[in-house]
Amino acid sequence: MRGVAGTSGARSPWLGTAAWRGLFSDRPMIPLLALLAVLVVASEIVRPGIVGPEWIGIMLRAAVPLAILAGCQTLTMLTGGIDLSVGAVASMAGFVVASLAAGSGVPTGIVIALVAAALAGLVSGIGVGVFRVHPLIMTLGMSLVVLGLVNFWQLQTITTSTGIPGEFRTVGSSTLAKILPYSLVVFVPLAAIILVGLRRTGYGRLLYAIGDNPVAARLSGARSWQILIVLYVVSALLAAAAGFLISGLTNTASVSLADSYVLPSVAAAVIGGTSIMGGRGGFAGTIVGALILTVLSSLLTSLGYPEAVRQILFGSIIVAVAAAYTRVTTES
Amino acid sequence: MSAATAPVDSGRVALAGLLGSSARRNAWILGLLGFLALLLVFTKLIQPNYGVPGIQGLAISVLPLALAAVAQAIVVISGGIDLSIGSMMALISVVSATLMAGQSEQFDVAVVVGVLVLGLLLGAVNGGLAVVTRVPDIVVTLAMSFVWAGCALLVADSPGGGAAQWLKDLVTGSIGNEWIPKPAVVLVAVVALIWIPVRRSRLGLSIYGVGSDRLAAFRSGVSVGRTRILAYALMGLFAALAGLSLTASTGIGTPVPGPYTLMSVAAIVLGGVSLAGGRGGVFGPIVAVMILQIIRTDMTFLDVDTNLATVLQGLILIGVVMIGSIVQIRRARG
Repeated sequence: MRGVAGTSGARSPWLGTAAWRGLFSDRPMIPLLALLAVLVVASEIVRPGIVGPEWIGIMLRAAVPLAILAGCQTLTMLTGGIDLSVGAVASMAGFVVASLAAGSGVPTGIVIALVAAALAGLVSGIGVGVFRVHPLIMTLGMSLVVLGLVNFWQLQTITTSTGIPGEFRTVGSSTLAKILPYSLVVFVPLAAIILVGLRRTGYGRLLYAIGDNPVAARLSGARSWQILIVLYVVSALLAAAAGFLISGLTNTASVSLADSYVLPSVAAAVIGGTSIMGGRGGFAGTIVGALILTVLSSLLTSLGYPEAVRQILFGSIIVAVAAAYTRVTTES
Repeated sequence: MSAATAPVDSGRVALAGLLGSSARRNAWILGLLGFLALLLVFTKLIQPNYGVPGIQGLAISVLPLALAAVAQAIVVISGGIDLSIGSMMALISVVSATLMAGQSEQFDVAVVVGVLVLGLLLGAVNGGLAVVTRVPDIVVTLAMSFVWAGCALLVADSPGGGAAQWLKDLVTGSIGNEWIPKPAVVLVAVVALIWIPVRRSRLGLSIYGVGSDRLAAFRSGVSVGRTRILAYALMGLFAALAGLSLTASTGIGTPVPGPYTLMSVAAIVLGGVSLAGGRGGVFGPIVAVMILQIIRTDMTFLDVDTNLATVLQGLILIGVVMIGSIVQIRRARG
């Protein structure tokens, strides 16, 4: 009797929904990767023969900047924050390099762009960490400031050329053997630093700690204002790197270049399983989330729907995925 | 003695209820009003002929964002946030403009009522999704902003349509005294007719209760899900009014969302609404919207580059919120 009960007990986990739920909540990457696979298969069905090495290259190339910006959101969301200034900072970085490339050279341009981004991040970090302004408002205000300053800068430098440097175009849009985009050269080290940083370093653990329970973190000696200042500087630097890649990818430098990435970057992090309330999530899921959004939007484009229908489907699918994900991973 | 003070107290309570129910919040609003008065004086100083046309221009340009800020304030007080207000306004604006183009006045009345109901429904859909799926509000409404913007593009892919003459007349010119612009009267009337009765009802109390502590509200017998959905529906109604005001003031419907979503968040925070929920009112955000608009006007008068004006707007937003939070931290310590 006991043996029978044991077998049925052992078998039912593989049949019951509760067990699936348990599996998914332990390994949230599985449903995400399954969804990605479904989307890839759907792309192949919609346009047979499209999925190949070249397609993979194009998808990766498009997903890399989104994944980096979603990384900014992941890091800030882990502490219970959000960074809405990534769009303005990324556009600023791309624009500054493009406007300085002809005169001062690309390396100088990159340094100036990174310093400017770090300053923006520093101000946001001080606002959030020291003055405890809500991150939503702080980064929103910061993006107005950055946008205004870049517009002003644009008017000052209107005469100089604003061509995208060739190096950026190569890194941003070329692919090695039509499969591996060169932007991975930038992305892989950044991703490795974020992944290892979150899992293996004390700083990474502190991000989770102050997001999960700020009071407990403070009582255990975490100086949250220092952590937050560093965090927002890192986030702005990442956004600047993404801005370089986006300007190379699109071969344009405009002050509103990366604006359309802001909302998808939040969506990618959320789909990837990072909780907007803080304390839960990671960058691996975010990368898959960025891939899902990229494949999804290319799928919707290849279905030939007008822009309006694509937006509606895009939004509905994000809600559906987020709902399914919440249902699967939260224990009731 | 207590009998003598009771009427005074209740009068004071009613006044406080109108402006917000605590002294601290009133202090914030009084500060904002003082700032607004200073700005008006400053405007008069730098532009001596600033007068009736200026005030009327201010009222008409403030109306859409003020209504959007009221919408955002309601939903944030209930503990949520809605990042799809701009898209909703665009949708309502194109729907009303498309339906009203070349129709009779009577039909247009039906259209206005219809889009207001539509607004309620759109809001209720947002709220319902947030409640049923248990996905954080910010994520649901962010995704829904794509959906509503897509719907707006489906209705009309370019600006067009028309608005009824009476609707346009409703937001232009002044009423009685020339210093009282019609848009301001419309704004006050709409808020007084919709929000104040709700605020003083059970629902209003529930909205504040759910916003300040969801669990405590649940344990006190408040239906949390229903309250949140109703708060979102009210938000949708005000977003619809904001969208209608866009149609009325421009005479056409535009399917592309304006900067209203994020500006409404900025305005409510400036206006003393806590993003954590449960605290604040709708009066502060309206004053904050006026302040933001006057600053923009002053920049034009002073011939400041519009881009630097954007910078300054961002700095003022950050600065004012920082001051507010320092005050709060001080209070918490003292």
